[in-house]
Amino acid sequence: MKNYQLGEFEEIVLLTVGILNNEAYSVAIKDEIESRLTRTVSMGALHTALLRLEEKGYLKSFSGESTEDRAGRPRRYFEITALGKKAMLYAKETREQLWKAIPKAVLEYQLTIGN
Amino acid sequence: MKTEKPYPPKLALRFFRWYCSPKLQDYIEGDLMEVYERRKAKGGKFKADIRFAIDVFLLFRPRIIRPVEGYQNLNAYGMYKSYFKIGWRNLLRNKGYSTINIGGLAVGMAIAILIGLWVWDEFNYNNYHKNYNRLAQVMQHQTVDGKVMTGHAIPRPLESAMRNTYADDFERLSMATWPADHILSVGEHSISQSGNFVQVDFPEMISLEMISGSPTGLKDPASIMLSASVAVALFGTTDVMNKSLRIGNQHDVKVTGIYHDIPANSTFSNLKFLSSWELIAASEDWIRYAENKWDFNSFQLIAQLAPQADMNHVSEKINQVRAIHSKNNYFKPEIFLHPMADWHLRSHWENGIKTGGQIEMVLMFGIIGIFVLLLACINFMNLTTARAEKRAKEVGIRMTIGSARGQLINQFLSETFLMVLFAFVFAVAIVVAAMPWFNQLASKQIEIEWTNPLFWIIGSGFVLITSFASGFYPAFMLSSFKPVKILKGVFKADGKASLPRKVLVVVQFTVSITLVIGTLVIYNQIQYSKNRPIGYDRDGLISFFVKSPDFIGKYEALRLALKNTGAVVEIGTSTTPLTQIWNNSGGYSWPGKDPTLQSTDFGIIDINHEFGKTLNWKILEGRDFSHDFPSDSLAVILNEASVKFMNVENPVGLEITNGETKYHVIGVVEDMIMESPYLPVRHNMYFLDGHYRYVNWINMKLNPDRSTSESLAAIESVFKSFAPSLPFDYKFVDTEYARKFSNEELVGKLAYVFSGLATLISCLGLIGLASFVAEQHTKEIAIRKVLGASLLQLWSLLSSSFVGLILLSGLVAAPLAYYLMSQWLANYQYHEEISWLSILWVIVGALILTIFTVSYQAIRAAVMNPVNSLRSE
Repeated sequence: MKNYQLGEFEEIVLLTVGILNNEAYSVAIKDEIESRLTRTVSMGALHTALLRLEEKGYLKSFSGESTEDRAGRPRRYFEITALGKKAMLYAKETREQLWKAIPKAVLEYQLTIGN
Repeated sequence: MKTEKPYPPKLALRFFRWYCSPKLQDYIEGDLMEVYERRKAKGGKFKADIRFAIDVFLLFRPRIIRPVEGYQNLNAYGMYKSYFKIGWRNLLRNKGYSTINIGGLAVGMAIAILIGLWVWDEFNYNNYHKNYNRLAQVMQHQTVDGKVMTGHAIPRPLESAMRNTYADDFERLSMATWPADHILSVGEHSISQSGNFVQVDFPEMISLEMISGSPTGLKDPASIMLSASVAVALFGTTDVMNKSLRIGNQHDVKVTGIYHDIPANSTFSNLKFLSSWELIAASEDWIRYAENKWDFNSFQLIAQLAPQADMNHVSEKINQVRAIHSKNNYFKPEIFLHPMADWHLRSHWENGIKTGGQIEMVLMFGIIGIFVLLLACINFMNLTTARAEKRAKEVGIRMTIGSARGQLINQFLSETFLMVLFAFVFAVAIVVAAMPWFNQLASKQIEIEWTNPLFWIIGSGFVLITSFASGFYPAFMLSSFKPVKILKGVFKADGKASLPRKVLVVVQFTVSITLVIGTLVIYNQIQYSKNRPIGYDRDGLISFFVKSPDFIGKYEALRLALKNTGAVVEIGTSTTPLTQIWNNSGGYSWPGKDPTLQSTDFGIIDINHEFGKTLNWKILEGRDFSHDFPSDSLAVILNEASVKFMNVENPVGLEITNGETKYHVIGVVEDMIMESPYLPVRHNMYFLDGHYRYVNWINMKLNPDRSTSESLAAIESVFKSFAPSLPFDYKFVDTEYARKFSNEELVGKLAYVFSGLATLISCLGLIGLASFVAEQHTKEIAIRKVLGASLLQLWSLLSSSFVGLILLSGLVAAPLAYYLMSQWLANYQYHEEISWLSILWVIVGALILTIFTVSYQAIRAAVMNPVNSLRSE
């Protein structure tokens, strides 16, 4: 099985791009993450993550229209590639496997504590 | 863009624009603006400004910051990529031409690399010894009859004089005899190995690498140090410390050290064992006799200078050491030091002056190597420029689009670089494949030092220089075309443009023809000296070197036993081998001797009665030694050279005196060549050794009616019955004699190979050029053909210009080769003058070769259907 490199923040960005479907560009992704996960996302962190994901081949980008509120600068839209989808699925499956492997007792105990 | 909208803080924005990678700048700036607008609307300008600055600061990350190199470099890289791509496509499009071009260059380079490795090896001769720079052979000049003779042999008392008087100048000194084959035996098992007898410091002087034991192992005279190979040959292992063995069936010694064999490119590589000088100095009468004799030049002295001493200075200092001590200063002896660095390359003396030696051969081949490489480069240049016209349109278009001249030069240089790189890879492959063969040819053990950085530095320098040298001319010529003319189609290489190409062809063939003539002269010289009459019959003659006292008193019995087998016709003994003269002796006088003659040194050979019969020598006057004349014990036989030297009319019956002893000449024998086949025969005297007192060599004439192998087996069994433990190692006289030519034959073989390849390279160039010329003239030929020209006319039209060029090269090469080879031949006193006829033949040969090479292309062009030629394009 191929090893898919995917960091925690990268995974969140990738998932968010999926959520936004065809509307995924930097500011929208930032807003989406901030609203859903109640955490602030710095522009720098987001852009580097996007660049890294693109380098890994999980995302591809294309230039969009330029708008007034962007002082005439174009948007850059992102899309998940087939490889990106595989990486997401792989991350999900490995998580699930790990979850399944945890003995029930541990989980119950933690749940009680949590409650 | 709306101007009324207030802008974010300028400083932060400028900072952002400065560091941001140009690829990302627009997008990220857009994001920043969008967020800024939103924040300003929500929380006011000040808050938005601060957040903006923070964002800009947080964006300052490796992936977002612009790469260090600007975009300019990236473009140039692309340009080079394109150069190589176009170059590669050009290679593939003209496969035949590329093969000729790269192949020719690769062969030339391979030769240059081989020669380079050989030269390197020659210059590194003796470098194995760590004291390389401080070792010297103590030698001497002596003046005899106005001529300065230089020799390695020195008298024995010189050692103590040097040790005492000049103790500060030398760190170590060692006397030695001469390396020779000796018999080493362990019980009944014995082998013959070359070695020497030296003093205790010698192993350290030559930095022997010990496997076991100490380098000072020769302290006890009854000791021996063995090389690993000898230890294995004798005992089957190198773990042989303290074992005992016998040398020459005389000296019992103990093994006190084992050393790694000395590599082939050392003067000492033949020292397979070392034993103690004191051991033989005590046991050999003649060495004991020499102890205080200042006029007995028979030994070697090797010296290691003290660290602070200067070689030349010390050499001058010791100049008169023998002259001071010796009572008899008849020959003006001058002692000097011959540094190890010069042993291999510069050890010829002429009248007391060092005149070079092997270095001349090294330089000669170095020059040949450079010339062959030059030939290959010329070829390359020639073919590339010839192809240039084909690519004129490409150049024109490139220029119109905006290529600067420098860029075009770059393009063509990088194209040549690509080809040269290929050629280099091929050349290295050729060298690797040819190495074993080359080593055998040059009797060397050269290896390519892959791990030596110097090899790679020289290799890459080689590629760069070659690609520049061969790419330089085409690059500058192509780029000097006028684009307008090219594109209009009026561009045509006129007579002037082809001039340099013609010059190059002439240079190329001049070198080739010179090399071929040189090879021919060398071969002629070898053949000529081989055919020199040697004065005796060497067929079926074998010699056995007596290295132990086993046969003393038994020679006559041995002779009869050998004759009884029927394998041997006759047995003659002698003090020297038949291919050398070991003994010189002076002090003779005779009636009518020129009183001003200083030196009466004759080559002295002591022989038994049957020596002459064995060799089948030719008595010219008088008679051979005979058992019928008991007075023959004081008889002498002269050779022709002696008669001439002594300047006597009727030599037979002449009385020759040496001190108290009177000898009478009984015969004159035809000159026999025992030494160099290139020198006049020395004046020799043959004395009778009827009682076998000085036998060193047993010479046997095999029965011609028997098979050699049978005879040898029979002889061996007789030898074994006399000396069971002695190995029977015999030498065929004709092979020994042939070894005198080995150096010349090596030169001949190398010259043969190199001139052959040089000619091949030149012909490859010619093929390329001829095919190109034929292609250029396709239309012309077609029109001529339509107008009625015959095949012969067309063929001569295409070939004649080449024939003229080759004739011109011949005219240049002939006197050049004649001059150079006369210089070479001057080294040999016995030589034949160069015949102009053979030079003429070489030139004729070159012409025929040229016509053959060119004709194929010319005829192919001439038989083409004119319709096709005219319709194309």
